[in-house]
Amino acid sequence: MKLRGSTIGAGLVLTVAALFIFLPVAVLVQFSFQDGLVPVPPFRGFSLRWYEKALENRRLIEALWNSLAVALLSSLVATILGFLAAHGLARRRAGWNRAAELLLMAPITVSYLIIGMGLLMTFTMAGLAKSLLAVGIGHVVINLPLAFAICYAQLGAHQVAVERAAEDLGAGPWQTLLLITVPMMAPSLGAAFALSATLSWDEFVIAFLLSRFDVTLPVVIWSMLRSGLSPELNAVGTMVFAVSVGALLAAELLIFRRLRGG
Amino acid sequence: MAEPFLLLEGVAKTYGATQAVAGIDLAVERGEFVVLLGPSGSGKTTILSILGGFIEPTSGRMLLDGEDVTGLSPARRPTATVFQDYALFPHMSVAANVAFGLAMHKVPNPERRRRVEEMLERVGLAGFGRRRIHELSGGQRQRVALARAIAVEPKLLLLDEPLGALDLALRRQMQEELVRLQKQLGTTFVHVTHDQDEAMSIADRIVVMNHGRIEDQGRPDRVYLKPASLFAATFMGESNIITGTVRARDGRNLLIETALGTLAVPADAELGRSISLSLRPEHLGLGPAPTGALALPSAIIEEVVFQGTHLRVRGRTESGIELLLRLPAGSSVGQGTRAPLHADPSRIVLLAS
Repeated sequence: MKLRGSTIGAGLVLTVAALFIFLPVAVLVQFSFQDGLVPVPPFRGFSLRWYEKALENRRLIEALWNSLAVALLSSLVATILGFLAAHGLARRRAGWNRAAELLLMAPITVSYLIIGMGLLMTFTMAGLAKSLLAVGIGHVVINLPLAFAICYAQLGAHQVAVERAAEDLGAGPWQTLLLITVPMMAPSLGAAFALSATLSWDEFVIAFLLSRFDVTLPVVIWSMLRSGLSPELNAVGTMVFAVSVGALLAAELLIFRRLRGG
Repeated sequence: MAEPFLLLEGVAKTYGATQAVAGIDLAVERGEFVVLLGPSGSGKTTILSILGGFIEPTSGRMLLDGEDVTGLSPARRPTATVFQDYALFPHMSVAANVAFGLAMHKVPNPERRRRVEEMLERVGLAGFGRRRIHELSGGQRQRVALARAIAVEPKLLLLDEPLGALDLALRRQMQEELVRLQKQLGTTFVHVTHDQDEAMSIADRIVVMNHGRIEDQGRPDRVYLKPASLFAATFMGESNIITGTVRARDGRNLLIETALGTLAVPADAELGRSISLSLRPEHLGLGPAPTGALALPSAIIEEVVFQGTHLRVRGRTESGIELLLRLPAGSSVGQGTRAPLHADPSRIVLLAS
């Protein structure tokens, strides 16, 4: 087969783009195994000692559990609220639907910094101290539009028809929701949850602004970075990255399974 | 006269300025198989949704078995619907789909299982209980939807174009099965379709709808042979419509002036009225008029199409009127030839224009 110039050109662009995106991550991962004191070239050989050190760091491990709790709980809340909002809107095609959609999606257009500042002021006025709870609420704010959009996309005419059928056979609204809608929407709900959890897991700005004594992992990493580079940070970064990739893969699998299942 | 089993009284539904259903009265007897027939937008599906409780009528009321059910939700109404796209529960097995309504009606388990088996057997799906919905063909899904609806033993079964997605052979087969099932169960069926062949093959009574109104209703043969309106005549099969004016009365006949000349038709109408005559293609004949037949002007045969059971022939008279004929398959008709035409006067239907 003869390769055309345009094919080669496209391949080249793709390779450069992929390198641009993935090289920093690859370097970060590589130097987490550095057998030396600084995570910069030359690579002095393979060692797991920085992982050992990171896992022994109590502050880091505590923050890891905090991050996990915030990610799982805030995503759970965001998914439930997003699903209920989408379900309500999809079932009642009213004149103000479009306005409600825009309102629900609006936070996605606002920068995390602005949302964080706004929440900080609101919480101060409301008397809610900087805490993991405040961070969690912040993550619900940023993830709700995402969860809403994912659920809304799957709630088409067919879903409405199936719910009508359940109702027709004698099911009440809650029975229909729990026995029909939620199981049918499970892939979307799973995807919304996994994506929300991933975003919450490595979100920094809001977590930094809204936490004080108990902090999440990105905040600890940031404070450690202030005292200079260390392969320990690379090791932590690699672990954070691995968790994110795992969650994203889970979401992808759920979405693909849904598409194949029709 | 006893009160009918199902009664719609002055039922209307408007959406803003659009009138989907315009004040309809409809009475259905217990155990009747009624087909609502009409083009899309005729209001037939809206009527079905009102019967099922999915749409609340703007005005009017609905009585079912002596009870006013107008305000009842679908869940609390003794009706069940077979939906157009089946609306099966994709995450459940076939048996769980059929059992769903029974579980909602709190039928205890051994009884529930027995009923599910019985329903699946009735629709010809015995042994399919553990299959998943996505493993089934379109026809099988249709049967599951049917079994699921009849399992709750509704007083009224509503069918929303349930055979629309099936191929012709399967559709014919399902039509027969629907009729058989309906007679066995004795349940009252209201079926919606836009296919007049389907309506004629399954209905005890056809209700022809257009623009949110009932145009005609009655036994299929009556609606076909003596349609009550111009719309019913053209929608129920093909028909030649000739406009004319009533000129005189001659004994039992009316003399009607048309583009085909003055025709003597056994009917009654006011003199001077403009009317339309409906002539079915199969009631027209080619050749010299036999005794009792009505002679028509001769026509040039423009097209002859062989359709298996018959020939579909298109002719044009000298005055430019196009006529459709349906002749026996063996007839000898030469395309481009001129031939005299005749009609059976007793089959000509006089309609208000």
